Amino acid sequence: MTTHLRILAAGPSSTIQDRGRVGYQRYGVSVAGAADPLLHAAANILVGNRPDAGAVEFALAGDSLTVEGGPARVAVAADVAVTVDDQPVPAWTSLRLRDGQTLRVGPLRSGMRGYWAVQGGFAIQPVLGSVATHVRSRLGGLDGGLLKAGDRLPLALDEAPDQGEATLDPSLLPARGGTLRVVLGPQQEYFTAAGLAAFLGEEFTVSHEADRMGCRLNGPAIEHARGFNITSDGIPLGAIQVPGTGQPIALMADRQTTGGYPKIACLVGPDVAALAQKRPGDRLRFRAVEAEEAQRIHARHRETLDALPGLRRSAGGFDLHDSTRLLGFNLIDGAVTGWD
Amino acid sequence: MSVIPLPASGRTPVLRAAGDSALIVELGDGIAPALNAAVHRLDRRIAESGLPGIVETVPTYRSILVQFDPAVTGLEPLGQTLLDLAAGLDTAAAEPQRRWIVPVCFGGAHGEDLDEVARRSDRTTAEVIDLHCSADYRVYMLGFSPGFAYLGGLPEALHQPRRENPRMATPAGSVMQGGAQAAISPIVMPSGWHLLGRTPARTFDLRRDPPFLLAPGDRVRFTAISPAEFNRLEALPGFVPPSETVPAAGKEVAA
Repeated sequence: MTTHLRILAAGPSSTIQDRGRVGYQRYGVSVAGAADPLLHAAANILVGNRPDAGAVEFALAGDSLTVEGGPARVAVAADVAVTVDDQPVPAWTSLRLRDGQTLRVGPLRSGMRGYWAVQGGFAIQPVLGSVATHVRSRLGGLDGGLLKAGDRLPLALDEAPDQGEATLDPSLLPARGGTLRVVLGPQQEYFTAAGLAAFLGEEFTVSHEADRMGCRLNGPAIEHARGFNITSDGIPLGAIQVPGTGQPIALMADRQTTGGYPKIACLVGPDVAALAQKRPGDRLRFRAVEAEEAQRIHARHRETLDALPGLRRSAGGFDLHDSTRLLGFNLIDGAVTGWD
Repeated sequence: MSVIPLPASGRTPVLRAAGDSALIVELGDGIAPALNAAVHRLDRRIAESGLPGIVETVPTYRSILVQFDPAVTGLEPLGQTLLDLAAGLDTAAAEPQRRWIVPVCFGGAHGEDLDEVARRSDRTTAEVIDLHCSADYRVYMLGFSPGFAYLGGLPEALHQPRRENPRMATPAGSVMQGGAQAAISPIVMPSGWHLLGRTPARTFDLRRDPPFLLAPGDRVRFTAISPAEFNRLEALPGFVPPSETVPAAGKEVAA
């Protein structure tokens, strides 16, 4: 029998994601992919996967699952309580689960989205080159839907090898503040000077209408200079469009490929994930940077992603019957060493 | 950013930064066949040029979104290269195009709004069908959902506002019109467009390789078929309608 993970209870919005579907936007296919690629990569790296392998993204609260077959190695990257058979275990640390053991990932203590990965990844067929789930067009994942109780996720690896476990100190990851950096444009001339000043000078609040497709913000109305319709054009990740209401909408991983509202600015790469981690009610401001500075920020972010495997440390031979030892592990002390 | 006129046509391509990993090349504004043809020619040149660092492009009515890897290239060098490509476009010579001949069963249960479209345009349903089948549609762009093609070229006599009350679900393969545009719905979807008929051809089918029937820049003609023919073709697994190559004409027809 091949090893499966059986979902006992799913979080409110859990989907399988990788880095998304590249090359099909010209056919109207949304990219999708992890809303926070850094944490997604961290979960994968902890179990020894490629950083862009398919893993589960959950929002607000995680999933509960049982291993059928196995053993299977999993890791959770999120600020969250995790248990195995009701015993607390640390997040940010890989664990080897035996047949019949149950992993529960609780509500997030901070942030909006977390990830769990399994060694070897899921044995599911990519659709248009990706396993990323896009619920609106029913593509990817398990039949294009949210994870739900009863789902069986087949694993690519039947038996996780008995090896040392890995851990990663999340405090070493870059901090995410309340100021998000943007490059103005591509259609900033559709806004008055007052509109641009409001966008860059005032505070905005994340509304309850925020999901993987778009994040509506509440704040001062951003004044248009020449209507709010453009001939539809392409929408890059993190574009901030302003419809007739004057309230901005940031377009996220599941965004539509084309649209007809003017885009006042685009978030720089790493700040798209920073916004994806904000909750309804969180406040934020925008700060404009030149395109050249945005590219430097992007390059530094790329270095952070590339350096992620180097942040792994050995967690020693982790034994679930001795989880208290690991919980007492000082994750900050000691040299950062490779795991392999 | 830079603005350089396009010599052949007097149009002005504009580069617009779109964050740190994308830029937009805008060849003009509005919806016009010649402008859109230039977009698709430039898009093809970008693909053929094999420029390093380009991740993907999204050609639209009048612009191309170029997504790139900033670790490989940058806004300035890539932007200049794109402007050079645009400046070298020969807008006088059209390139060969693919034209799909899409069979449609008009009216009845397959096209619930045909009678109303005819009444509103003060024509018989036969005249409406003739108008649709005489039009040479252009795939201006794809967007909204996988395989959804925006078709330009709807005869002006048929331009009508969208339905006041959109339907929550319209069947896959619906041949529809809304405003000045026409479309073929790829999957079951909500829509406020008028349903004229249905084609047994699927414009998006993951069981087929490639799954997309229509590409940006293609042409489409509709041809009327009977309900019996519709049933016969729909029963064929993965039915693909015939297509023909439209030879390169001297000038783009300004339909």
